[in-house]
Amino acid sequence: MSRHQCPVCEYVYDEKAGEPREGFPPGTSWQDVPDDWCCPDCGVREKVDFEEVSE
Amino acid sequence: MTAISVPDGAEATWRDPKRYLWLLGLFVPTFPFLAWGLAAATGLGIFWWSGLVLLFGIFPVLDQLVGKDAVNPPESLLAWLEGQRYYRWCTYLFLPLQYAGLVLACVLWTRAGGLSVVDKIGLALTIGAVGGIGINTAHELGHKKDSLERWLSKIALAQTAYGHFYIEHNRGHHVRVATPEDPASSRMGETFWGFLPRSVWGGLRSGWELERNRLKRSGKGPWTPRNDVINAWAMTPGLFAVLVGVFGIEALPYLLVQAAFGFSLLEAVNYLEHYGLLRQRTPSGRYERCTPQHSWNSNNIASNVLLYHLQRHSDHHANPTRRYQALRHFDEAPELPSGYATMIVLAYVPPLWRRVMDKRVLAHYGGDITRANLHPRRRARILARHGAAS
Repeated sequence: MSRHQCPVCEYVYDEKAGEPREGFPPGTSWQDVPDDWCCPDCGVREKVDFEEVSE
Repeated sequence: MTAISVPDGAEATWRDPKRYLWLLGLFVPTFPFLAWGLAAATGLGIFWWSGLVLLFGIFPVLDQLVGKDAVNPPESLLAWLEGQRYYRWCTYLFLPLQYAGLVLACVLWTRAGGLSVVDKIGLALTIGAVGGIGINTAHELGHKKDSLERWLSKIALAQTAYGHFYIEHNRGHHVRVATPEDPASSRMGETFWGFLPRSVWGGLRSGWELERNRLKRSGKGPWTPRNDVINAWAMTPGLFAVLVGVFGIEALPYLLVQAAFGFSLLEAVNYLEHYGLLRQRTPSGRYERCTPQHSWNSNNIASNVLLYHLQRHSDHHANPTRRYQALRHFDEAPELPSGYATMIVLAYVPPLWRRVMDKRVLAHYGGDITRANLHPRRRARILARHGAAS
């Protein structure tokens, strides 16, 4: 289970929790999130710009 | 810029020079009360138009008189400053005043004697000015991660029937800002009057599509109260139905006039925030990241205090969730010649706007006008005028 953080704000996509509001139920792998999905909090950067955070 | 080093505990010694000025933002929703008081005291109908007089007459003068400030809070104190709850209350309190003014206006439109139709229209525009600036308050609240603030944002938008702004602005405009794809970024050569319908319609359509696509990912259709465009919009007919139920159908035309004027003010602000600015494409074909170069700024204190630092627009686009009191001035960001209040008046008169702004867009791009966001219909003419000369 990996976690990826928006490079602009503090938002973190955690595969374990997913982002149900955005249509990604818990357990949705980062790979299955579309590349053009943008940060739900700041909207500045898209998935491809997110950085993996170590546990 | 020189680095400012701040020792630990600096918050005890640093004082925010604008701390108490932010309370002046609450002056805006008192416009209707001011209009009522002045009209009643003097018997002069002109005072029903107070909102317009303040917005287009007095604030531009105040911007010139009070001047500018480029002072930034120390970097090390930004997080502390954002955490101060006092600043949030300055925005929350806008809402009860905004709606108290709307109820007062309904009383005056329908129950009070002595107001002519012209007086009532003047009052509707005064109320619309509050509603339009209320969209700015909704803007500040809607960018926050706190769910209470997000709800307050939708409530503030109900008066002007602009509920979709909450979605379209955060997930549409901020993503596509300063590109030809963004309905809310104006293009060089585009007049405000051409931009207005494009942005109103484009924003509406984009907000709806954003929510439809979000719900589609969960396998749901768009017709659900979970659709944030629908639940935010629903507040407007709900609000208007209650007001018409209590005050009668004669309130309705004025409610519609104030809403239309209110959102047209927001669109005027949209028009001047990114006029002609364009994010270039990177070698991969994507647009470059939004930088301070992609928003017009203004450090005029009077407008900034009334609009919760909206004019420090570059920092807002770089860090959209940052709270207003912590937004910074950037030396490298393009600067408008005056505050928003003055610039809105210029935007209403396209030849005047072009004379003031087109040369600034040209200068911003070092004389290379091909790097600007050009209005397709006027592209050839603009290139002939500026491109050949460069």
